Amino acid sequence: MYGRKVKLRFYFIILILLTLTLSIYLVLKSLEENIVYFQSPSEIKNVAELDKKKIRIGGMVKKDSVYINTNEIGFIITDFKNEINVIYSGAVPNLFEEGKGVVAEGFLKDRNFFTASKILAKHDENYMPPEVKAALEEK
Amino acid sequence: MSSIIGFYSLVLSSSLSFLIIFFSIKNFRDSKILDKRIVSLSFLQFFLVLVSFLGLIISFINSDFSNETVYNHSHTTKPLFYKISGTWGNHEGSLLLWLLVLTLFIFLFIIKSRQQPTKYRILTLLFQQVIIIGFFVFLLKTSSPFNYIFPVPKEGLGLNPILQDPALAIHPPILYLGYVGSSIIFSSALSAVSLDYITKEWATHIKQWVLISWIFLTLGILLGSIWAYYELGWGGFWFWDPVENVSLMPWLALTTLIHCVLVLEKRLILTSWVVVLSISTFTLSMCGTFLVRSGILNSVHTFANDPERGLFILIFLFTLIFLSLFIFFFFHKKNHKIDNSIFLLSKETSIIINNWFMMYFLSVILIGTIYPIFLDVISSEKISVGPPFYNKLIIPFLIPFLFVMTIGPKLKWIKSDIKDKIYLFLFFLISLLISILIIKNLEINFLLNTILITFAFYLFFITLRDFFVIKNKNLSQVIAHFGFSLFILSILFNNFFTTEIITNLKVGESYTSEKINIKFVNLSQNQNQNYKSYVGKFTIENDKGNLTIMEPELRIYNQPNITTSEADIKTNLLSDRFITMNTVQSQDYFNIRYQIKPFMLWIWLSVLLIATGGFLRIKKKI
Repeated sequence: MYGRKVKLRFYFIILILLTLTLSIYLVLKSLEENIVYFQSPSEIKNVAELDKKKIRIGGMVKKDSVYINTNEIGFIITDFKNEINVIYSGAVPNLFEEGKGVVAEGFLKDRNFFTASKILAKHDENYMPPEVKAALEEK
Repeated sequence: MSSIIGFYSLVLSSSLSFLIIFFSIKNFRDSKILDKRIVSLSFLQFFLVLVSFLGLIISFINSDFSNETVYNHSHTTKPLFYKISGTWGNHEGSLLLWLLVLTLFIFLFIIKSRQQPTKYRILTLLFQQVIIIGFFVFLLKTSSPFNYIFPVPKEGLGLNPILQDPALAIHPPILYLGYVGSSIIFSSALSAVSLDYITKEWATHIKQWVLISWIFLTLGILLGSIWAYYELGWGGFWFWDPVENVSLMPWLALTTLIHCVLVLEKRLILTSWVVVLSISTFTLSMCGTFLVRSGILNSVHTFANDPERGLFILIFLFTLIFLSLFIFFFFHKKNHKIDNSIFLLSKETSIIINNWFMMYFLSVILIGTIYPIFLDVISSEKISVGPPFYNKLIIPFLIPFLFVMTIGPKLKWIKSDIKDKIYLFLFFLISLLISILIIKNLEINFLLNTILITFAFYLFFITLRDFFVIKNKNLSQVIAHFGFSLFILSILFNNFFTTEIITNLKVGESYTSEKINIKFVNLSQNQNQNYKSYVGKFTIENDKGNLTIMEPELRIYNQPNITTSEADIKTNLLSDRFITMNTVQSQDYFNIRYQIKPFMLWIWLSVLLIATGGFLRIKKKI
């Protein structure tokens, strides 16, 4: 009925559409699975249900809260309203200091304890993670 | 003084743009040969920007703190080398560098394109001038490097210490040569579309520019990566950080473009695609500048930010995109006379297939980079997209990508078939065997990794064979593809075999496990020109009883007061040993990270090989 060329073109278009749909689906699905949400200590205190997924918590490292031993480092992240205890065994960045901004990535144990798998601090003395800044400004 | 000269020559230089445009339009209307005055004016413009740039450098060298940029980014105790590199280590200076390269490239373009039609040359110059004017306005209005402050401060604020590093001193200029090179491609493609000059000759001519930008971009990214590896102290070389992503996106677009230009040169097909790619490469470079400089991105590079600047670049960017789309849709004519039939088994088909894959990689990175910004704007929810996202979406598709990369170059143009290719099959079996042997003892996803490594080895062996066996080979392609296979293999093995120990130690303590013993022997203190350093001495004993002394360092800079940690890295052909130490808030414990990273050296070397491939291609034609 149709010529060979038309048929070929038809198949080609179908193929393109299929590929596009598939890749968009893959990207969106993977995006959903792999994004990490950012929360402040106050948000964690106030949510109805705790997140089982990996999250990031940001705020200031509370003064005089850092302790350290051979295996782990513990400290408190505060947004000056609420605070949360963080336990971490890994490398700390250069600018990790009491009274400075910090972002910890990891899993919540409960509303008061957080096990971090990564600590992010930024490489500039004036720098504050935007999330922390926003969290502090809301105060 | 030098700042004043710099400022006035910048203003003078910007006004030259209008003269150039005036003469160009006049020339475009009524002359067959290029007006000599345009060439001289282009040179003069470049020269004046150069004077301005040198003026800024001299202000930095003399620590002239009446200049706001110098005050913000320099300090008297800084070593001379970093005073100079501090010139482009900041927003204002780096934009001046952009402008310098822009004017240099358009001048080079004018004198190097004598064989091209005059109208095409003039029109390219005009488009380039639009970009140049945009940058002049941006520079003079929102971020002048020559602002005066009074009273003159006695001391500057200093350069961020992590930027005081040899690799990062030359990283921005090299990267910019790549970014700005893409502006020539952009202007030239637009002008070729307007004049209906998308021909095989045009492809041959623009190919040189594509290659040059591509090589510089590759090297620029490489330098940034090496820097991140030893300076940021995380032991990685790529973090899928937004700022890294924005340099990778134009790279992917350029790589795609190189391959398409080859097809265009041979067969005069894919014309629209080449134009679209030329436009998107430059747009992506501009996006990179916008995202980095506007401070929208949450990243390690976020130093200076100012919403006004962001807004300006955004408007400028949209103007350029709109202009180029307009030209593309209204002027681009499809040439129906030529034979544009494509057969399934041919070189161009394989190139097109891999084009699709690269576009897919590009979209993944684009979505991962801008989705968090998008979500923040519409719902003020803050998220981050990490490495798992990219790994999951990119790694599986490397398999067909590598396969097409291996087979594609074996095919002929137009129509081809595979015959007498027993060795292709043989090499595949060998690769499969090797990868099964490697993977079977590891506790990782067996199927995916085996297939991936098989295809990487396959490309590796086939290109290696081509290198030694085939006589009239396309050397640049063989070397670049070989480099890519080596790159993938090194990264994979580096991932599989990296071992890491993180512990907190006091001086005198040691960490012991079955395989390794790390002893913190002592800590010594030195005073340097602009920093105080603490050098830790560690002895590392492995299970064979070999003893290594490693000395990571902590630097406390005086201005700005920032601590950086300098990793100690012992490199050999097979692996890197990497150690960093960090203080934890006035406590006796130091946070120690020790890593054994196999094949690190080969990651850098393979990227150099890829760039060499491009370089050989340029040499071949000149």
